[in-house]
Amino acid sequence: MQVALSIQGLQKTYANHLKALKGIDLQVEQGDFFALLGSNGAGKTTAIGIVCGLLTKTAGDIEVLGFDQNTRANDIKRLIGLMPQEFNFNPFEPIEEILINQAGYHGISRAESRVQAEILLKKMQLWDKRFDMAKSLSGGMKRRLMLARALIHQPKILILDEPTAGVDVEIRRSMWAYLKELNREGMTIILTTHYLEEAESLCRNIAILNEGEVVEQTSMKKLLSKVAHQVIILESASILPKQIKEDGFECERLDDYSLQVVLGVDINITDVLQNLSKQGVSVDHVRSAQNRLETLFLRLTKKN
Amino acid sequence: MWIAYKTIVIKEVLRFSRIWVQTIFPPIITTSLYLLIFGGLMGERIGQMQGIDYLQYIIPGIILMTVITNSYANTVSSFFLAKFNHSIEELLVAPVPYWVILLGYISGGVVRGFIVGLGVFIAVSFFVEFTIDSLFITFMTFLLTAILFSLAGFINAIFAQSFDDISIVPTFILMPMTYLGGMFYSIDILPQFWQDLSKFNPIYYMVDSFRLGFLGVSTSDFLTSMSVLLVMIIVLASVSFYLLKKGVNIKT
Repeated sequence: MQVALSIQGLQKTYANHLKALKGIDLQVEQGDFFALLGSNGAGKTTAIGIVCGLLTKTAGDIEVLGFDQNTRANDIKRLIGLMPQEFNFNPFEPIEEILINQAGYHGISRAESRVQAEILLKKMQLWDKRFDMAKSLSGGMKRRLMLARALIHQPKILILDEPTAGVDVEIRRSMWAYLKELNREGMTIILTTHYLEEAESLCRNIAILNEGEVVEQTSMKKLLSKVAHQVIILESASILPKQIKEDGFECERLDDYSLQVVLGVDINITDVLQNLSKQGVSVDHVRSAQNRLETLFLRLTKKN
Repeated sequence: MWIAYKTIVIKEVLRFSRIWVQTIFPPIITTSLYLLIFGGLMGERIGQMQGIDYLQYIIPGIILMTVITNSYANTVSSFFLAKFNHSIEELLVAPVPYWVILLGYISGGVVRGFIVGLGVFIAVSFFVEFTIDSLFITFMTFLLTAILFSLAGFINAIFAQSFDDISIVPTFILMPMTYLGGMFYSIDILPQFWQDLSKFNPIYYMVDSFRLGFLGVSTSDFLTSMSVLLVMIIVLASVSFYLLKKGVNIKT
């Protein structure tokens, strides 16, 4: 598999001497759905900004689909679509113009870009608002506009910096579905997010940044398997027995109908449910008490 | 690159056209007032300047002043706003060479200078009848002046950190230089010291050359004026390109 993005020893020190990146190495394969996680100030946006040409690097090498950024920066820009974290369009421009202009900067004619803009605006449910000024859009609409703009030149790699921040659940889900569709069609997607659930449900591989360093880079599956236990909540339709015998698992009665169960690595949920059934507990609803990735994330980024 | 350049120019023209009440209309009103007060009411008392009726004499200077202020205002406000709302990043993430970005913004300034200058010219023609002595000299002076002040506005926008910074230069530097550059008078009427000092003001050469194109009278040599303009354009274009390429106040 060809490498979509390769970062070697990337360093960034700002004018105020803040070391935002302390020599990070990252590798993203073509066709991957890659999560870049990190708390605020970890260096995610800085790394993305350097890759996309918005920031200058202090040291290090970047290659995108074989193009070296030092010598082929404009070729790299053709391959990448960026949806940044902050709104960065002219609020006094009609939204269709924003897309057409962005396509024009990539050398796409106005006639051709109008066709592509129509497809994307319809996909983002913004077609009816194409003549409206961008400032009149809601926060969620503005995010979708930026996603459409990132896709207008049909990039090979899509970089999304907090794409669903401030977007309601319904639209977030539809954006996820669309991103999955793009990824299935072969687009490499790199995502930074604060919604760990988003990374867990979308991404196959992950890197965690902490204070300008990569503290973990692996597959999502391997990372999650590192979590030794999982906490679930079982809800019963009938009142729970006063005493519940723990057999290979730990449980705590939260109220008359709810039971918190901690699953160890040697026991699965089916065994627990069978065990509880024998004790007269009829479970009719199961839910996770915590996000596994969140647990890991906090552990990996914990300050000494 | 041609499409990218065209896109920047179209975007710029649409931008100032959308706000024509702020950009195109006011200079026409202001000019009409200048002509009414300085030309119509006071001009008759002043008489002639370099053998030409005062009303006619001040017209080239007034038109060029609108070209200067509008070319400057267009690039300074547009590029500063692009920095301010971060929409400049749309260009930075695209494969647009820096010289194309610069050329696009400068062209936007020149187009606005031309449209407003033409609007003022049409407004002026309601007040006084006149013919253009040399279309070539008039157009060349307009073009180089508009390029020069678009570049100056661009540099101002790069360094500007606030909205105050984009009004300081036009108010405290550009406007005095324009008024003292012989817009309303011939420098011949000044004492020798002020005549000599005026020759250090580049706007003097532009106004004088524009007047030569319109009326056929001047106090300096056309080639000298063009040389001054060209040298300044080369200097400011080099500075603008360097600042843009270095990402001064654009990239961190």
